[in-house]
Amino acid sequence: MGKRQSPKEKEHKLNIIGSPLPKVDAYSKVTGRALYADDIMLPRMAYAKLLRSPHPHAHILSIDIRQAQALPGVLAVLIGEDLPRKFGILPSSQDEYALAIDTVRYVGDPVAAVAALDPDTLEKALKLIEVEYEVLPALMSIDDALAHPDVKIHDETRIGNIHKAVSYEFGDMETGFAAADYVREDWFYYEGNTHAPIEEHACVAQWEPNPSDPVGGKLTLWSSTQTPHYVHRELSKVLNLPRSHVRVIAPNVGGGFGGKSDPFSHEICVSELARRTARPIKLTCTREEVFLTHRGRHPVKMWIKTGVKQDGTLTAMHFRSFLDGGAYGSYGIATTYYTGALQTVTYKLPCYKFEGMRLFTNKPPCGPKRGHGTTQPRYAVEVHMDKIAHDLGIDPVELRRRNLIEPYSRTVNGLRITSCALDECLEQVAGRAGWNEFQAAQRAGAIDRADAAQIGHTEVDPVKRGMGIAASSYICGAGKPIYWNDMPHSAVQIRLDRGGGVTVYCGATDIGQGSTSILAYIVAEELGIAPEHIHLETADTALTPVDLGSYSSRVTFMAGNAAIAAARKLKEQLFTVAAERLNVPQERLEAAHDVIYDGDDPGVTLPFELAVQLAEARFGALVASGSYAPPEGIHGDYKGAGVGPSPAYSYSTCVAQVAVDTETGELVVEKLWLAHDIGQSINPLLAAGQVEGGGYMGYGEAVMEQQIFRKGRHKIPSLLDYKLATTLDTPEIETILIEIPDREGPFGGKEAGQGPLNPVIPAIANAIYNAVGVRIDEVPITSDKLYRALKNVAQGKGTGLPVAPIEFTAPWPTRLITWQPPEEDIMQDDGTAGKTPVKGGR
Amino acid sequence: MRELMTLRVNGERHEVAVVAHHTLLEVLREDLGLTGTKHGCELGECGACTVLIDGVPMLACLTLPVEVQDCEITTIEGLERNGKLHPLQETFAELGAAQCGYCTPGMLLSGVALLRSNPHPSREEMKEFLAGNLCRCTGYTKIYEAVEAAGRRMSEEDAPSPDPRPEAGVTRG
Repeated sequence: MGKRQSPKEKEHKLNIIGSPLPKVDAYSKVTGRALYADDIMLPRMAYAKLLRSPHPHAHILSIDIRQAQALPGVLAVLIGEDLPRKFGILPSSQDEYALAIDTVRYVGDPVAAVAALDPDTLEKALKLIEVEYEVLPALMSIDDALAHPDVKIHDETRIGNIHKAVSYEFGDMETGFAAADYVREDWFYYEGNTHAPIEEHACVAQWEPNPSDPVGGKLTLWSSTQTPHYVHRELSKVLNLPRSHVRVIAPNVGGGFGGKSDPFSHEICVSELARRTARPIKLTCTREEVFLTHRGRHPVKMWIKTGVKQDGTLTAMHFRSFLDGGAYGSYGIATTYYTGALQTVTYKLPCYKFEGMRLFTNKPPCGPKRGHGTTQPRYAVEVHMDKIAHDLGIDPVELRRRNLIEPYSRTVNGLRITSCALDECLEQVAGRAGWNEFQAAQRAGAIDRADAAQIGHTEVDPVKRGMGIAASSYICGAGKPIYWNDMPHSAVQIRLDRGGGVTVYCGATDIGQGSTSILAYIVAEELGIAPEHIHLETADTALTPVDLGSYSSRVTFMAGNAAIAAARKLKEQLFTVAAERLNVPQERLEAAHDVIYDGDDPGVTLPFELAVQLAEARFGALVASGSYAPPEGIHGDYKGAGVGPSPAYSYSTCVAQVAVDTETGELVVEKLWLAHDIGQSINPLLAAGQVEGGGYMGYGEAVMEQQIFRKGRHKIPSLLDYKLATTLDTPEIETILIEIPDREGPFGGKEAGQGPLNPVIPAIANAIYNAVGVRIDEVPITSDKLYRALKNVAQGKGTGLPVAPIEFTAPWPTRLITWQPPEEDIMQDDGTAGKTPVKGGR
Repeated sequence: MRELMTLRVNGERHEVAVVAHHTLLEVLREDLGLTGTKHGCELGECGACTVLIDGVPMLACLTLPVEVQDCEITTIEGLERNGKLHPLQETFAELGAAQCGYCTPGMLLSGVALLRSNPHPSREEMKEFLAGNLCRCTGYTKIYEAVEAAGRRMSEEDAPSPDPRPEAGVTRG
C-alpha cells in the first residue's frame, strides 16, 4: 500500500506527528532500567568465549581440545566440525562457518568456542586449546588481492580473489561523452572504518529441553542484533532446527550503525552451547573482538570520468569501484552494487556506466555501515564535482543546481524518484551557512585563505579558513528483501483492550534510532489517543510479525506504513460503532485526545475506551494487522536492478567550515550545516538527533577514524587508538529539516538515519581545498596527510596527495549489461507514476 | 579467592564476597545486579561505566572494590530517589539526549557531577568535562542542551516558579 493524503486528511490537524515528544523508552534509558543483552542474567547461566585465529591466513592442521575439556568448570567445547553448515546474510554468499573448518582467513576468525561456569575459567580453557596452523601468504589490500590471484582466499571464486564483479551501461555513453565540452578523470580512495557502537556485541541463549518433541526442545536467543529475522533464519539453518523451534529477541540495542546486521558466529556458537549444556549461556565480545567482528565500511578505490558542457550540465559519467571486502561475503555483493547504483539519484545523468568489483582479502569482513556502499562513491563524486566546478569557474552550489534530479521522475538506470527537495536543501544550507557572503569575503580578501605562493611564508597567519559544500541522496528502505519473495517487508499487529489499552506488535528493532517510538506516535495519531496508552512489543520472532530489520533506513517508512494500515482497520470498526452511538455520519468523525468526536461539532464526543467496548461487543476481539511492501515498477528490468530501488529517496546537503594550519597541517572543522529532506518529521527531536548523529559520524570518518592493518593485524583495535570524536573534537552541527511530504511515506515521512552522513565527508574535503588549495583524494584526511600535501604544494609538486591508480587493463571480468530507459517513461506529477512495471532494455 | 568487603552503593550497605581481581564494574553488575552501569571497553577508554565515588566521576572498569570500601558509590540507579528523577535525567529524556542509551548512564553521572560543581556551565566547560564519555549516536548536541536545561531547572527548583518545558533546538526549514 502507498499512503495518499486526501484533501480531508491534509486539513486534519496532526496532534502527535511532528511533535517533539520524548521517546517511549527514554525514561527506562535514563534510569538504567533498560536491559541490553549483556544485562540479562538467567538462573544457572554460564559463559562462553571464542578462540580466534592469530594468523590472517592459514590452514588448520589440527585442533586438540582435550586439555580444555578436562579443566574443571568447563562445560563444553566446540570446533568447526560441530557446526558444519555454511551460512551468510545473503543467499548468494553463504561462505562462513560458525567455527573455521580447514582454513582461517583473518586474524580473529573464530576457531573454537568454550562454555564454562565463569569467565576466569574460560580464559584458562582457551589457552589450553592447541591449534596447529600452516601459515599461508596473506593478502592485505585491494592491490595485493589483484596482484596475487594464485593465493586463493576462497576456492569458489572464479577469477583470482574477485568475489563479485558487475558491469552496466545505461544510455548511450558514446553520445554522452561526444556531447561534452570538458572531460575530467579522478582517482579516490576511501580507507574504510568501523561502526564502534558503544555496546559490544552480546547474546544469551537458552535451551528448553522437551523429550516428547522429536526436535528435543526449543531455543531462545537474546542478541544485540539489528536483524532478528535474519538471525532467526540462519540459526535455524546452521543448528538444523525448524524455525518454529527458534526464537530470537533483540532487547535494547546499544547502537548498531550496520555493525549488528549480520548473523554472527558468536550467536550460533552460544546457541549450540546452550543446547549441548541445557543451560543458559552468555557471550559478550571484548572491545577488540568488536573490531574483528565489525562488518564495517569497505575500503574502496574509485575512478570517475565525467563529461560536462561548458555551462556545467553533466553529459556522461563512467564510474569504477574496487572494494576491499575482507575475508567473507557478508553484505558485500549488495555493497558492490550500492557503490554504483545511486550516482544517478542526485544529479541527472543522460548516460552512465558503472563497473564494480569486490575482492577478498585477509582482513575482518566488511559489510554495511551507515550509508552502506553509497558513502564512498558520494565522497568521490562530490569532490570530483567540486573540481569540475573550479575547472569551469562555476560556483559549486550553482553547478549542483544545474544538474539536480527532478521530483517524480525516473533515472537513466530505471530508478523511480518520488519527492525530492534537494533544491530546497541546497538553498537552505547555503543560506544558513552564509555561503555567498563567505565566498564574497574570500574574494575581497577579508577571509584569509592560502594559495600556493603563501604557504611556508612565516610572515602571514598560517591558519586559513574555507567552506565546502556537498549533496547526497539515500534510500528509504531497500526495494527488495534479501530473500526475494512476495511477502511483506514489514507488518504490524494491533490489539485493543477493552480497558482502553493498545498493544502494538512489530518485528522492527530499535537500535537507538527510535523506531519503537515511531510506531507509538503513528498508532496514537491514527487512533486519536495519547502514546502513553500504547504498549509495544517489538523485535521478537515468536511474538511479533516480521519486519526485515533495522538496515537500509527502512523502518520508519515501511513499519510506519504497516502501522497506519493496521490502525485504520481498527479505526474503521471504532468509527462504525461511534457513528451509531453519536448519531453522526461516519465520515464526519475524527479521533484525537482520547475521544472520537464530530468534526463539525467537536462537543459531541465518545471516549476512546467506550468506543473500544462497543466495538468489541459488536465485532468480537479487536485485533488488526497491516503490512507494507514497496510498490512494483520502481526499477528497471535488467539483472541486478534489485539494488538501488527504494519507495522514496531522502536528500541531504552539507556545508562545512574548516580552519587549516598551513604550517602543521592541523585541521579544525569549525561548523557543519546540514539540511535534510525528510518529507515530514514524525518527531523533529528524534529526526534532528539522527541528522546530528550522522554529521558527527561523518566528521569522524572524514578526519580521524583510521582502519589500519600491520603485519596482518588490525593496528589499533581499541577506542583509545581508533579515534572516535569526543566532545572536544565534534564540531557544532546546525540541523535544518526540510519538510515537503512524500506521497507514499507515512504521513509523508522519509528516512533520516543514514542519508545525512553522506554529504559531510566531501563537504569537509571541499572546504579544505577552499581554505588551502590542497586536495587530499583519500579519506580520512588526517593532519599528517595534510602536512605532507601542503609541503608538496609549497615545493611546487602538484596540488595535493594524489591516489595511486589501479592498473586494471584486462576487460572487466564480467558480462556487460546494457540497458536503455524507455522513452515514454517521462513521469507525470499526478502521483500515479511508477505504478506499472517499466518495459525497456535490449 | 574471594574476600568479604562492605561497599556503600546508592546509600545502601552491601556485604559482598568479592573475587579480589574483579573490578568494581564487574562487582556492581554481576554481584550486586546493578546493570545500569554499562561497559563498552573494560579498558578505561569509553566512559560508559562512569560512577561517582564520593561525588567524583570515576571509571568502574579501572577501579578495584578494595580501593573504595570507605567511599560513597553512586550509580545510575542512585540518581533517582523513590522514583523521582534527577533534573538531568528528565531533560535527557525530554530533549532526546539518549538515543541507544548505552552511554547514557555514564554520561548522566558525569553530567550530574559537572552541574554540582558548575550549575550553569558554558558549552566549552561541558566539552572539557564530558570529554571522557564517548557517545556514538547523538553528536553530543542534545546532551549539551539537556545539561543546560537541567541547570536552569535546578536553579528554578530553588525558586518558586515552575520550569516550562524546554524548547527543542531544531530548525525546520
